[in-house]
Parts: sequence; C-alpha cells; structure tokens
Amino acid sequence: MKRAPLARDGAPLGPVWLRLGWGALLVGVGLLWLLPYLWMVVTSLKTLPEIVRAPTAPLPSGLSFEAYAAALEAMPFAHYLWNTTLMALLIAALQIAVALPAAYCLAKLQFRFRTAAFLLVVATLAVPAQVRFVPVFALLAEVGLVNTMSALVLPFGVSAFGTFLLRQALLAVPDALIEAARLDGASEIAIVYRLLPPLLLPALTAFFLFSFTYHWNDYFWPLVMTTDDQVRTLPLGIALLREQGTGVRWHIVMAGNVLLSLPALAVFALAQRHLLRAVTTKAR
Amino acid sequence: MALVPRRRTDPLWMLAPTALLLAVFFFYPLLHAVHTSLHRWDLLTEPRFVGTANYRSLWESGDLLHWTTTTVLFSLVVVTGATGLGLGLALLLNRPGRLVGFVRSAVFSAYVVSWVSVALLWLWVLDADAGALNGLLGFFGFEAVPWLGSPRLALLAVAGVTLWKIAGYGMVLFLAGLQDVPPALLEAAALDGAGRLARFWHITWPLLRPTTLFVVTTSLIASFQVFDVVRVMTQGGPVHATTVFVYAIYEQVFVNLRVGRASAAIVVFFVLLAALTALQLWAWTRRDPSARAPRGSHP
Repeated sequence: MKRAPLARDGAPLGPVWLRLGWGALLVGVGLLWLLPYLWMVVTSLKTLPEIVRAPTAPLPSGLSFEAYAAALEAMPFAHYLWNTTLMALLIAALQIAVALPAAYCLAKLQFRFRTAAFLLVVATLAVPAQVRFVPVFALLAEVGLVNTMSALVLPFGVSAFGTFLLRQALLAVPDALIEAARLDGASEIAIVYRLLPPLLLPALTAFFLFSFTYHWNDYFWPLVMTTDDQVRTLPLGIALLREQGTGVRWHIVMAGNVLLSLPALAVFALAQRHLLRAVTTKAR
Repeated sequence: MALVPRRRTDPLWMLAPTALLLAVFFFYPLLHAVHTSLHRWDLLTEPRFVGTANYRSLWESGDLLHWTTTTVLFSLVVVTGATGLGLGLALLLNRPGRLVGFVRSAVFSAYVVSWVSVALLWLWVLDADAGALNGLLGFFGFEAVPWLGSPRLALLAVAGVTLWKIAGYGMVLFLAGLQDVPPALLEAAALDGAGRLARFWHITWPLLRPTTLFVVTTSLIASFQVFDVVRVMTQGGPVHATTVFVYAIYEQVFVNLRVGRASAAIVVFFVLLAALTALQLWAWTRRDPSARAPRGSHP
C-alpha cells in the first residue's frame, strides 16, 4: 500500500488549504524578520532631502552613500571597531585561559570541596553585570582603571557558563588519555593547555563564538565604564549617533546601524552551526 | 572515575584564577552594595551613614513598587511571547527545504545582532511621524499610532521589540527538542487514527515539557535584566512607563547621583534574581533527578 509522504513531524502533508496556509505563514514570518533589515539598508541609501520629504518612500531615488560618509565622519569609526574587537578577543581569551584549568580540576580531579567549588561557580550566574556595576565602578575608580581596557575585560574574566560548558565537555574525555599523558611525563600545565584544547575543540569553538559575539555586541558595560573616546566601543558610538541631536537625519543613524550589524551578521552567516551548538548545549 | 591529583596543591592553583576573579568582581561587589546601601553617597563627597533610610525611601516613594510592576509586566509579555512564538515557529519551520532553512536563519539572526542594532532599527520603524509602520497603517487608511510616545503602549512596544529579537532563541531550543521526539511514536499514533492535534497534545507537547521549562526560566531571568532596548528606545519614559529595574538603577547612579539609593535597589534586585534562579534550579532538578547539572541563563 502506498502511503502519503510524511513531513518531519511524522504527519502527512495534508490537504491543499493546509499546505497553502502553511506556505503563506512561512512567507509572512520570513518577511517579518527580513523587512526591518531591508528598511535599514533602504533608509541608509537615501539623502537628507529625501528623508525629510518622503521618509516612507519604499525605494531611494538613487544610490547615495552620503549617509555612510556622514556616519564615518561623526565618529572615529576604525578606532571604535578596533576597541570593540580587541575587547571581545581579550575577554574570550581570558575566559578560556581561566576556565580551562578550573574545568579540568572540577571535571577530572578528586579533591575535597569539588562539589562546593562547582556550585559556587554556577551560583555566580545569579550575579549579572547589572548587579555588579556600581561597586565595580567604584573599585576601579579607586585604582584609576576607569576608562581603560582593563575595566572592560577583567570583570568578565570568569565565565560561569564557559566553565560549565568546558566541564561538561571534559566529562566525555576518557581518564586513560590523561593518565597516558602523565606517564609520558607531561606536566599538569601541559595537560591543561596543550593536551586538552584539541580534544575540546567543538566546545571551545562554540564558547569562543558565543562569548565573542556577546561582548562585541555589549552595550551596558562599556556604557557605564567609559566616559571618553579612548576605549569607547562601536555599539556605544552608533547609539550616540542618534543621541547627538540628529533630529530627522535617520539615514545617518541607519547607515551607522548597517556598519554595526554587518560584522555580526557576517559572523552569523559563517558560524551559524557553532552558535546553534552554544545555545542548545545549554538546554541538553 | 576521578583522577587523583599528582600534588595535593594542584586543585588550588587550577582554581586560583577563578577564585580570585570571583572574589574581586562578584563577592566583593555584593558586600560593597550592601554596605553602600546604608549610606548616602553622590560619588563625589564622602559617604554618610543613614541606616535603612534608602530602603525606606524606595518603599515609601512607591518607586520600588513601580519598578517591580513595570519589570514584571514586561517579563510576562516577553516570557509568554518568547515561549509561544518560539514553539509556534519551531513547529512551522521543522521541515527540510532551503526556503524553510533560510527563514529559520532569518529569525535566529536577530538573536545574534546587537541589542543596539535592533533597538535603533525599531526606533526608526516605530517613529510616530516618519516611521514605516505608521506609514503602512496610513496607506491602509488607519490613524498614526504613537507607539513609543504613549505611556500605555510604550512598554508593550519595547516588549514586542524584545520578542522580535529573542524569538529565534526559543525557536532554536524547541527545534532541538522536536528532534528528540521519536518519529516512530508519531507514525504509530497516526496509523491508530490520531489526528494532528491529538498527536501534538498527547505526544509532542509532553515530550517538549523540559524544553518549555528551560525556555520559560531562562527568558524570565533574561527579561528581568532588560536594559539596552529601554536605554536606546525610551530612556525609561514616557512618564516612567518603561522604567524597568535595571534602567532605574542606572538612572539613580548616573543621572541622579544617588549611589546609596541605587545600591539599596541593587540589593533588592539581587534578592529577586536569586529567588528566580533558585526557582529555576528547583524546577530543573525536579523534572530530572538524574541531576543534569544547572546551566546558564543568558550569560
């Protein structure tokens, strides 16, 4: 007997009206998430007179890049971009360097307060940056570190999520591998930083991408920790475009916004698989 | 199965960097906040001890109640929306095919783009005079709506924008959950004559319960910490309609220079978050006593 084709949820594809409705819904959802991006690009290609005269015209009269020029002129863009990237890289590197030995110790070594130490690390998930910023700001001000890269990087040196993720990945590494390395005379440092990273590559990649995009996009911490251009990051600079009394000059804000979201979207396009893993391992 | 450390001191140095950073940037700040909350302090002059005056002021002025109400309302919309929309999108998009894959990516991409980008994008779309949404409404003969200018609508609008950004998060988790539903079970039910709804209600939905719990608890905690969208889109207004907890704390410090009062708010906020986190851990361990260890909220 021939059966109706099955969809992935195991249900037959169903009558025509159902399939049509599903198709319409699919297109609707796609448009709901794509049109805002398109609108951003369209707006960024308009000129000031166009924005004033017909802000909702669906297409610009021509391709004008004056908004991009204006956005780049309004801020030290390359400097902000460098700050942001350097900060996100340093945070991710520090988090991994700190989390690797901790995760190894918590996953593999036998010692007295192992469970307590692990719970203590996990408990810090309840203490987000929004709770810590005032005392940390006061502390850093005291030692003259406000407005420095240290103020942006050091407070994020420990990632409870990263430690947890690496610990889970380490549980799957056989003890025999580590014992063999010990017999070969490898020191514990060599085991942590040389033997483990290749074995944990999928978890490390997922965590690196997750941490990097999160901090690259972060707005809150740089906002409260910096007051001048020296270490200001890109999301701050772009948000400032709108605050600096731009009035109706939305084409400039949107041009800045294109420049801000493009790198994130590019990373997303290249590494969607790894980001998906970072999100879903948390739930499994 | 655990290995014996070679030297008894090995665990010490391995945990030392973590312990040091936790002490300086997590535990000290909590104590400092409790201490500061008992003082009047403007960041410039010496702090002055005032006892519980800051807490009383938060309570008596009604600020605390207002911030909590705003945050809870916002959370309610975001949590139910993110869960419902996430599940709906996952069910809609749980098929093979390039177009479906593209739509999945489009929805999830919003989760990866920065909050600032999303907030600016929607600030422009929702602009009362020149925004695309009111333009579209006008095209169909409707009146312009002051999305962010009306105290009644602003919180909903900000919650809607948040939903747009995080719906992909719920969707991805539900899609992963759907992969764990055995197709044989659904096929067997179909052969037994169970309809679409019956199959969903009796098989898929119960199996998705752990995923649902995870999405609800993580988005609850994340929505309590909302700040970026509010700062960029409404600055807490109009007339404090969108002054959520974290924005209020920020405003107390950097606009009003009332650090003591802000610290009192921080202490209260921390207690709220700790309670929510405890609730989350309790829910997870209850559903799965084989102790899959706790995992992160949004970091």
